[in-house]
Amino acid sequence: MPNVKTIFLKEIRAYFNSPMAYIFLVIFAIINGYFFTNTFFLINQSDLRSLFSIVPIVYLFFIPAIAMGLIARERNLGTIEVISTLPLKNSEYVIGKFLAALSLILLGLVATLVHFITLVNVGAHIDFGAVFTGYFGLALVGAFYASIGTFASSVTENQVVAFIIGVFIVLVFFLMDKLLLFVPVSLSGIVQYISVDYHFSNISRGVIDSRNLIYFASVIGFFLFLTIQNIEIRKWR
Amino acid sequence: MIKVTNLSKNYGTLKAVKNINFEINDGEIVGFVGPNGAGKTTTLRMITGYLVPTSGEVMVNDMDITKHAIEIQKQIGYLPEFNPLYPEMKVYDFLTFIANIRDIKGKQFREALNRVIEQCGLKGVVHRQISNCSKGYQQRIGLAATMIHNPSILIFDEPVSGLDPNQIVEIRELIKELGKEKLVLISSHILQEIQATVDRIIIIHKGEIVADGTSEELISNFIGNIHLTMEVRKATQETLDQLTMAVPKVNLLKTEEKNGSHLIQLEYNRDIDPREALFQYAVSSGWIILKMTPHTTNLEDVFRSLTVSGDAYA
Repeated sequence: MPNVKTIFLKEIRAYFNSPMAYIFLVIFAIINGYFFTNTFFLINQSDLRSLFSIVPIVYLFFIPAIAMGLIARERNLGTIEVISTLPLKNSEYVIGKFLAALSLILLGLVATLVHFITLVNVGAHIDFGAVFTGYFGLALVGAFYASIGTFASSVTENQVVAFIIGVFIVLVFFLMDKLLLFVPVSLSGIVQYISVDYHFSNISRGVIDSRNLIYFASVIGFFLFLTIQNIEIRKWR
Repeated sequence: MIKVTNLSKNYGTLKAVKNINFEINDGEIVGFVGPNGAGKTTTLRMITGYLVPTSGEVMVNDMDITKHAIEIQKQIGYLPEFNPLYPEMKVYDFLTFIANIRDIKGKQFREALNRVIEQCGLKGVVHRQISNCSKGYQQRIGLAATMIHNPSILIFDEPVSGLDPNQIVEIRELIKELGKEKLVLISSHILQEIQATVDRIIIIHKGEIVADGTSEELISNFIGNIHLTMEVRKATQETLDQLTMAVPKVNLLKTEEKNGSHLIQLEYNRDIDPREALFQYAVSSGWIILKMTPHTTNLEDVFRSLTVSGDAYA
């Protein structure tokens, strides 16, 4: 595991040594802030529900952008050859990268806590449990999308292509339960179970069910596994 | 020790490396030479575990690379072709990163860092960003990263390509110094670049090994004709025509008249030496010899004749 930490720290440093992290954090805060405060005082309710519905949409584009360079850039630079010939397991490499992207996302979420502070100051009868589970759900969705972004980044050496693939896969999971109407009834249960929103809305309503946790753990695990295999398979070409 | 047995690699239908065999012992500096696309990089990538062989076996220090990749990678320092680096990192951070993955920390790391800074001449650039370093320095940074764990095996893929002559000399000196105690394998597509540095040369062409030995061995194994140029004055056409009859086993390739003297180009088998007979004939014909220069085969000729692809003549 020390190698995971080494990779993680290197990636975090790379984020903050380039404009990437700052641009992400600032724009993420502005967009979420705008859409949240816009309606907050009109609705006149002491909750963060509108924040919890806007962040997953902002995620759709921001997370693939954060993750697009993780592996694609190394392939483009050729440093993947340096990395692959170091005594380092592919799993350590992928997990370190994934955790770095996830940390940046969590930092973005921390920035939105300012709205929570507003709520505490102006609101009444706040359901702190719902706020907590809402944030917990956002963190899980962020981790899921980060694993998709990491995978997309391992598919190509072109970061733009990685971004587009990432957005596409994320959209599939995001839109799935919005398309339930068009799905045969016999399949709708499965489609609903696969979709992100179904599990996220359960959690953000304050119900942390093991089914939802198992869902997130398995989809994150699945995409990280695919990423590791994707790097491994390159050796055999 | 590196031992390669019946090693092959196919990229789809392209056979990049075909059934090659060689063995390199500790303390040897070996040059791996071949034209572009001969399979050098592919072979090195299989030895370092970046690629898995299609068939055959790579043993490094008596371990199989497909089974003990991590163990082997701990003992190898590998500089890939084009020396890939992270341009945004500081030199110090990059070396720290590599050292951390190699589990070199604390006091051990400071010692290792001082050693590679000394060996690679990195003083003064340690705290610079890699992208701001010159190409020569970047090459040294790459070399420093391969040596930070003081490996027993060093593998450099085209370490001097793109450097200026002074930098090439510096890197050569460094490699020679390293080769005193380590196994060093260097690839190059330009023979002169490494000829002076290595103990032994392996020539690869179209995925097959066409020669393996010291430069003297390669030259003596290579049977070719010796070319000789004579410059003479006072030669008549008649005496020139009779030359090949007077001195047997010599081919007259070309004669050329220039400023009142003749340039004569001759060819003969390397087993005979007709120079004395030529001198006698020149004296008896009343020529004045201004120059007589045999062109002995050098390693470059060996390399070229071994690696010229057959279809160039088709």
